[in-house]
Amino acid sequence: MNPLLQLNEVNTHIQGFHILQGISIQVPREGVTVLLGRNGAGKTTTLRTILGFNTPSGGEIKFDEKVINGWPPFRIGALGIGYVPEDRGIFGSLTVYENLKVAARDGIREMEGRLEKVYQLFPDLKRARKQQAGTLSGGQQQMLALARILVSKNRLLLIDEPSSGLAPIIVDRVAEAITELKKELPILLVEQNYNMASKIGDNYYIIDQGRCVHEGRMEDLEKEPEIKQRYLGVAV
Amino acid sequence: MFDTLFFNLLLNGLAHGMLIFLIASGLSLIFGLMRVVNFTHGSFFMFGAYVGRSIFLATDSFVLAILGGLLFGFVCGALVERIAIRPFFGNRVQLLLLTLGMMLVMNELVKIIWGPTILRFPRPDYFIGSFMLGDIILPYYRMFIVGFGLAVLVVVYLFLNKTRLGIIIRAGVEDSDMVQSFGINIKQVFTFTFALGVSLASVGGAISGPFLGVYPEIAMDNILVAIIAVVVGGIGSFGGSVAGSLLIGLISSFGGFYLPQAAMAFNVILMALVLLIRPQGLFGKGGLASGR
Ligand SMILES: Nc1ncnc2c1ncn2[C@@H]1O[C@H](COP(=O)(O)OP(=O)(O)OP(=O)(O)O)[C@@H](O)[C@H]1O
Ligand SMILES: [Mg+2]
Repeated sequence: MNPLLQLNEVNTHIQGFHILQGISIQVPREGVTVLLGRNGAGKTTTLRTILGFNTPSGGEIKFDEKVINGWPPFRIGALGIGYVPEDRGIFGSLTVYENLKVAARDGIREMEGRLEKVYQLFPDLKRARKQQAGTLSGGQQQMLALARILVSKNRLLLIDEPSSGLAPIIVDRVAEAITELKKELPILLVEQNYNMASKIGDNYYIIDQGRCVHEGRMEDLEKEPEIKQRYLGVAV
Repeated sequence: MFDTLFFNLLLNGLAHGMLIFLIASGLSLIFGLMRVVNFTHGSFFMFGAYVGRSIFLATDSFVLAILGGLLFGFVCGALVERIAIRPFFGNRVQLLLLTLGMMLVMNELVKIIWGPTILRFPRPDYFIGSFMLGDIILPYYRMFIVGFGLAVLVVVYLFLNKTRLGIIIRAGVEDSDMVQSFGINIKQVFTFTFALGVSLASVGGAISGPFLGVYPEIAMDNILVAIIAVVVGGIGSFGGSVAGSLLIGLISSFGGFYLPQAAMAFNVILMALVLLIRPQGLFGKGGLASGR
């Protein structure tokens, strides 16, 4: 089957700097595709370019066979692409429930219908639903960021470094949650935590200096200590 | 101490504060959401006063004057946002100069249409007179302004907290990119917020007419105090704009009575104190320097 999301030779300039220099990625209709790479490699920029926050200066982005380059971010979001940014993007002065309401793209009724399952996955959020989101712990904020995506019908999730800044025990919980999500939705995941990435990921791309330098199945990367060492700095 | 004079100054200050609030709340929301300092806000307050007066004189209906002021502001606000603001979006310096320039043009335009002198905006008959509480005299019209301001305050508060659009506006103040990722067309939200903010200023002008009189300088006088109120209360915070405005209104009223020469200085001193002690304003979050 053809891939759900396809980037062909995508280039992105930010303030005159050539950040993405021909990224080609295919995200299949199921499973977790992981973007790996060192700090500053261009992983976040890749996600933000897909989402329309950066306009590609060259190449093509196709979602479900539709070319979406140059679309405004809200139209891309409305296709059913959910985004969890690196900093979680929580609205801190809004309550947990209000955060979900903003995310309720398909209407409050649809959201209410999905809420029970979401609260089952993240019981903390149910208890804290009237609490200001800014007062949640880092882990709870990550849960809320994921929950916001689950209250509407989405077709693809883009998640940027969900483990960053979290205690190891919380990282495990986030990993569990994403493993749960991947049963229902394809995910494009950026993750620096190699352990977590290798546990959840099915396919990978390694990005270095704005280019894709390697790709393959996650389990095959295990057998490539040289690549891991060179591009990810993972000790062998 | 708590004599007639005190209550008079209090009511005066509250009425003034409510008028400032009608300007400051929109100014603050628009800046918080769009990062635009809309200098035309005071000019729309002024235009609201002229338009409201003309409608009142033509129809003899104060209700129509209020509705007219509201509608005039909403339509003009939407047009200004779509035609003038949107093309320059993202360029803060250009936007600053643009709204500043529009303010100057509007303040001259009004003199061409209605002349430079102060015009009388008569009170509707039912607001003539005063409520007597012992020997305390409370003019009906000032009480009306306070009541009207309170009503707007409650309605806008409920809108911002209970409706999805209102919640989206508050979310956009924090992170408008994230709002867009949920499929929301933030530009439409911008237009609506701008129009709403301008309509509040304009209706504020309309009800200010019988209290302050109608003349071109009310634009400049009020935009300055409204900006101070926004800074004192905390940029982008609705509650802050309420607190800042009432504080400024009361200080102007009492300060203006006891030390008229220093009335404006009190406001500036208050702002300086707040910025020294709490740079983000009384209710603000990030601080002035943290603007995106
Ligand atoms: N707004 C910007 N202005 C200038 N340079 C930028 C901007 N955003 C990103 N860059 C540069 O683009 C490059 C890629 O950044 P990006 O955030 O995509 O990397 P990343 O792979 O996500 O890194 P990290 O693992 O640290 O999150 C970096 O060198 C960064 O300095
Ligand atoms: Mg990144």
